[in-house]
Amino acid sequence: MDYEKLERRARLRDRTRKTLVYALLVFWAVLVLFPFYWMLLTSVKSYGSYNSEFIPRLYTLTPTLENYLSAFQAVPLGRYLVNTVVFTLATTALMLVVTVLAAFAFARLNFPGKDLAFTAFLSLMMIPAELVVITNFVTITDLNLRNTFAGLILPSVTSVFYIYLLKENFAQIPDELYYAAKVDGTSDLKYLWKVMIPICQPTIVTVTILKVIECWNSFVWPRLITDDANYFLVSNGIQEIRENGFGRENVPAMMAAVVAISIPLVVLFLIFHKKIMAGVARGGTKG
Amino acid sequence: MDNRSWKGWLYLLPALCFLGAFLVYPLMDVFIYSVEEGYNSASQTYFGVGLYNFSYVLHDTYFLQALKNTFILVIITVPLSTGIALLISAALASVRKLRELFQTVFFLPYVTNTLAVGLVFMILFKKTPYSDGLMNLLLGLFGAGPVDFIDGPYWAKMFVLCFYTVWVVMPFKILILTSALASVSQTYYNAARVDGTGRLRMFTKITLPMISPSIFYLVITGFIGAFKAYSDAVALFGTDLNAAGMNTIVGYVYDMLYGNSGGYPSYASAAAIVLFVIVLTITCINLLVSRKHVHYV
Repeated sequence: MDYEKLERRARLRDRTRKTLVYALLVFWAVLVLFPFYWMLLTSVKSYGSYNSEFIPRLYTLTPTLENYLSAFQAVPLGRYLVNTVVFTLATTALMLVVTVLAAFAFARLNFPGKDLAFTAFLSLMMIPAELVVITNFVTITDLNLRNTFAGLILPSVTSVFYIYLLKENFAQIPDELYYAAKVDGTSDLKYLWKVMIPICQPTIVTVTILKVIECWNSFVWPRLITDDANYFLVSNGIQEIRENGFGRENVPAMMAAVVAISIPLVVLFLIFHKKIMAGVARGGTKG
Repeated sequence: MDNRSWKGWLYLLPALCFLGAFLVYPLMDVFIYSVEEGYNSASQTYFGVGLYNFSYVLHDTYFLQALKNTFILVIITVPLSTGIALLISAALASVRKLRELFQTVFFLPYVTNTLAVGLVFMILFKKTPYSDGLMNLLLGLFGAGPVDFIDGPYWAKMFVLCFYTVWVVMPFKILILTSALASVSQTYYNAARVDGTGRLRMFTKITLPMISPSIFYLVITGFIGAFKAYSDAVALFGTDLNAAGMNTIVGYVYDMLYGNSGGYPSYASAAAIVLFVIVLTITCINLLVSRKHVHYV
């Protein structure tokens, strides 16, 4: 037996396998990153040079920021961004209040019909959004809330899943803390505010980030409920820009707009990627 | 019961108001809408009660086109994305260097705006008078002629839609499968190694059964998500999906509700219920199949 030969063959096979694996990973990473590279690249090409390239070039030697200027001046991109920030902050804040209170009731308080109510809540998770959007559209229209922030925000507030997630976390806090607080004469609300929320802060942060992502990317509901460009969110804004934005097809300016609306979430992701991935792994699905 | 026993309901009240107004009431209402024949949204009147709305929807060529598109999309993207995600997750699990970097990069599409990145995909695939676009250039390297993927033949458009859909759903699947793979105990592999088991056999006999609940979860959510496809199609082909021939069932529902062809909440409701029944049926079939093949530890 030639051990040296065997060993060498094994090592060679191992190395080929490793190379193949890394090739696959790099290939997929390129596939994921390329659209982002392309939008960045196109956004810094000038209108003239983009349209003169029959064969698109993979780099540019004369980057320009003029597209960003026209993205903010020719179309109300700044307004779309502000609208989206207002919508996202208001919806997320309301969601947090509603969710924390409901999760606290389910996890900590005792009241008649609690188990039944919780089961009913859980079964609500199965209702698909497509079924309820029709009546919500009619409700909001009848209330004259089309093209208002109230109409945009109110139906987007509740997420049964987040109530469930937070309730599970709240329930892990030992009862002794609650009884000790009671002996000291602490009210329920104060206990919730001073003890439960600080202890469960990681989960609350996760829920907040997931909701922010969901709000920032929401498209269907805003599209149904707004037709006045003053109330467009970024998704609808980008669709508007695409369909009748910069007159003739000004692709570089479009890409500048796309970059501008993508940056906030990418930055959020770079800061919180561990939290976001852990939160999604625990049972998030894409909106 | 102590005196503050009803206080719990007070804490639940905000959630109950929101859920009642925007989830429970609409759910009941949609069934009422769907059987009101000839509903007029301006005068809020209707002629009678019956199943005409369903019959109308099921005979509408736009709906049948949407149904066909959605089924093709589901049949292609669900197995494909699950398979590729399994491959990539297995590759990720077998390396140590740079693993976290790859994981983070692979997850990036999850947080990006579907409409915005869809626009980039459209630019990459579109053939314009100025340029054939990057994808056609790549095709040209293999000797294939330029194809207009956005306004061209049906299967070219379907290819882009499937490609983009897979790209969008991949981060979630990779994440779920990577964490499932990480949770498989090393002792099984060590035992198999002692017996001299090959890699492929280890994968099919240990890894796959151990992560089968996660795969099954992905298949179910994948089916549900793909049946509800809409934003991806809008991002690629614009809001007038009927004209592009690329509408989906959800797109049909929204078109019936609002927009140029809108104002028919009854038809929209009927179509939404048809979609719901389809999704429910497929999910039940999935559950039955899984009983045989999924191993819960």
